Amino acid sequence: MNTVVCLKQVPDTETLIKINAEGTGIVTEGVKWVMSPYDEFAVEEALRQKEKAGAGSVTLVSLGPDRVIEAIRTALAMGADTAVHVNDPAFAAKADPYATATVLAAAIKDATYDAIFCGKQAMDDDAGQVASILGELLGLPVVTMVTKLEVSADKKTATVTREVEGGQAIIDVPLPAVLTAQKGLNEPRYASLPGIMKAKKKPVTVKTAADLGVSVEPMTIIKSMTLPPARQAGKKIEGDDSDAKAVALAKALHEEAKLI
Amino acid sequence: MPGILVYAEVQKGEIKKGAFEITSKAKALGGQVSACIIGKGVEGLASQLAKYGADKIYVVDGPEFEKYSTEPFVQALAQVAGMVNPSIIFTSASAQGKDLTPALAARLKVGSISDCVDLTLNGDKVAAKRPIYAGKAYTMVEATGNPQVVSVRPNSFAVVEAAGAGAVEKVAATLDASKIKAVVKSVEIAASEEPDQTEAEIIVSGGRGMKGPENFKMLEDLAHVFGPTATTGASRAAVDAGWRDHSYQVGQTGKTVSPNLYVAAGISGAIQHLAGMGTSKVIVAINKDPEAPIFTKADYGIVDDLFKVLPKLTEEVKKIKG
Ligand SMILES: Cc1cc2nc3c(=O)[nH]c(=O)nc-3n(C[C@H](O)[C@H](O)[C@H](O)COP(=O)(O)OP(=O)(O)OC[C@H]3O[C@@H](n4cnc5c(N)ncnc54)[C@H](O)[C@@H]3O)c2cc1C
Ligand SMILES: Nc1ncnc2c1ncn2[C@@H]1O[C@H](COP(=O)(O)O)[C@@H](O)[C@H]1O
Repeated sequence: MNTVVCLKQVPDTETLIKINAEGTGIVTEGVKWVMSPYDEFAVEEALRQKEKAGAGSVTLVSLGPDRVIEAIRTALAMGADTAVHVNDPAFAAKADPYATATVLAAAIKDATYDAIFCGKQAMDDDAGQVASILGELLGLPVVTMVTKLEVSADKKTATVTREVEGGQAIIDVPLPAVLTAQKGLNEPRYASLPGIMKAKKKPVTVKTAADLGVSVEPMTIIKSMTLPPARQAGKKIEGDDSDAKAVALAKALHEEAKLI
Repeated sequence: MPGILVYAEVQKGEIKKGAFEITSKAKALGGQVSACIIGKGVEGLASQLAKYGADKIYVVDGPEFEKYSTEPFVQALAQVAGMVNPSIIFTSASAQGKDLTPALAARLKVGSISDCVDLTLNGDKVAAKRPIYAGKAYTMVEATGNPQVVSVRPNSFAVVEAAGAGAVEKVAATLDASKIKAVVKSVEIAASEEPDQTEAEIIVSGGRGMKGPENFKMLEDLAHVFGPTATTGASRAAVDAGWRDHSYQVGQTGKTVSPNLYVAAGISGAIQHLAGMGTSKVIVAINKDPEAPIFTKADYGIVDDLFKVLPKLTEEVKKIKG
């Protein structure tokens, strides 16, 4: 089973986001960068499918600056085989979801694959768009929010379970297809020490806009970035008697907050 | 004035509240408001949208739309968009909307703005406010394409009655079968009557402090007395312990919610949890640790054993509700 995994590097979820002086982006100083959590599920699933098939390859594709190599090495250490790192300042300021998908499609175009895995959303912009646009650009069916995947022996079709409101849907889809990983799909493995050693020697091809022959213009423009209004700690309902506190809370929700 | 097309989602034979919210908002923004519903046996629902401002309602009704499936819905909605030629398309950022919207925008060869919580108009151009980093920050975004496709987070706008002309037009969808590759074989919906966390008006959530799966009954009881717009949620610790299904998880790797009331019982308030519920209108925290970070965000805090507070709270709410 040959697969491509699109992976994005994002600030660790522990990060306290700060906005830069211009109000256009976040302060990146001091940020710890990690593989986007949903992309970990995507990498894991690609590895499991390859292992199950007994043959194949896992190719990583990531668009981003130099630092992205760390996320790529992490996924290589988990067991992925090769990687394409698309790195070009020309893309940096323009990488909205449409542009990102356009670049990824160009980077993936010549790869051989039975499936392309993405995360259900990137843990920074929370857009949840790239995979759907990628499928459209490559002319492939897309199934989002996948929690279970069974690939047929001939790798021509897959039966996919996806999360829907209040339940799940079972879908038959011909391969190749674009699939987005939702939590529950698997438990991502940690990179082993030998894996980390091996990852250092695995091939990473760097591509620029010129190599790919694409130029992009964003379809969405971020005008400004702000922090949410700080939430003030409110009232503590004091007292020694638990029942009295519960009564006071119900009263406050009724009379003050007018929620009941 | 822009022409706005609203996609009104139908679930379980009813138009979703989120659809009325975006129709109301479209009406408030001004201009011609068209709406589109897609499904099987949905024609009778169409006129409801007129009450909230739809001037024209397009109905795509047929057996092929009985179950939601991305490609047929994208094709049908793109067909209606072609008829209406709107400058803006609104969808709901519901579970279905999150799948449909980017696919629709890609089909129309434009970008979309996901999961917006506020909208303003500048001529024909929308400026949309949307959370990023799961709500740790916000961006103001504009779309350059035409139409501008915008998905709106449920509960962001009020449902407001304001009549539109409400002319109903049936549309015979002409589907390109060669593009319909994925086939939905079955859909299993849990019997639960509770609304989805992203759309609930009240969420009663429990964390590791709940001690075990059996105690979530206490949270269900409280949600139940709050009424049909209330549901339960969980922290990741409770989900990872196997006490609750992942679909209940609130937070950065779960659902991002902004209900009118969020009750956190036995949840410490880790940054990833706060990111997912920090925009709730009123937050209540019940935790025995006075230092728990959840208290820095809570409008009402009780430092106590949740097992003592919750049953009494349920009883009191029930009394008030009468
Ligand atoms: C990449 C990543 C993503 C994550 N995403 C999420 C996410 O989406 N959602 C999420 O919730 N977390 C997420 N987390 C986990 C997060 O960091 C915390 O570990 C988690 O939120 C803790 O859950 P908790 O508050 O239930 O447990 P704890 O932090 O253990 O807190 C339990 C609380 O219960 C209180 N308590 C105990 N007994 C009682 C009692 N009898 N009465 C009253 N109070 C009591 C304790 O005082 C304590 O404050 C993520 C972490 C990572 C690394
Ligand atoms: N810069 C990128 N490089 C590689 N993959 C990406 C990039 N941006 C997004 N993706 C993929 O698309 C998914 C969804 O991203 P988004 O649409 O931005 O939420 C991510 O989980 C990745 O799998």
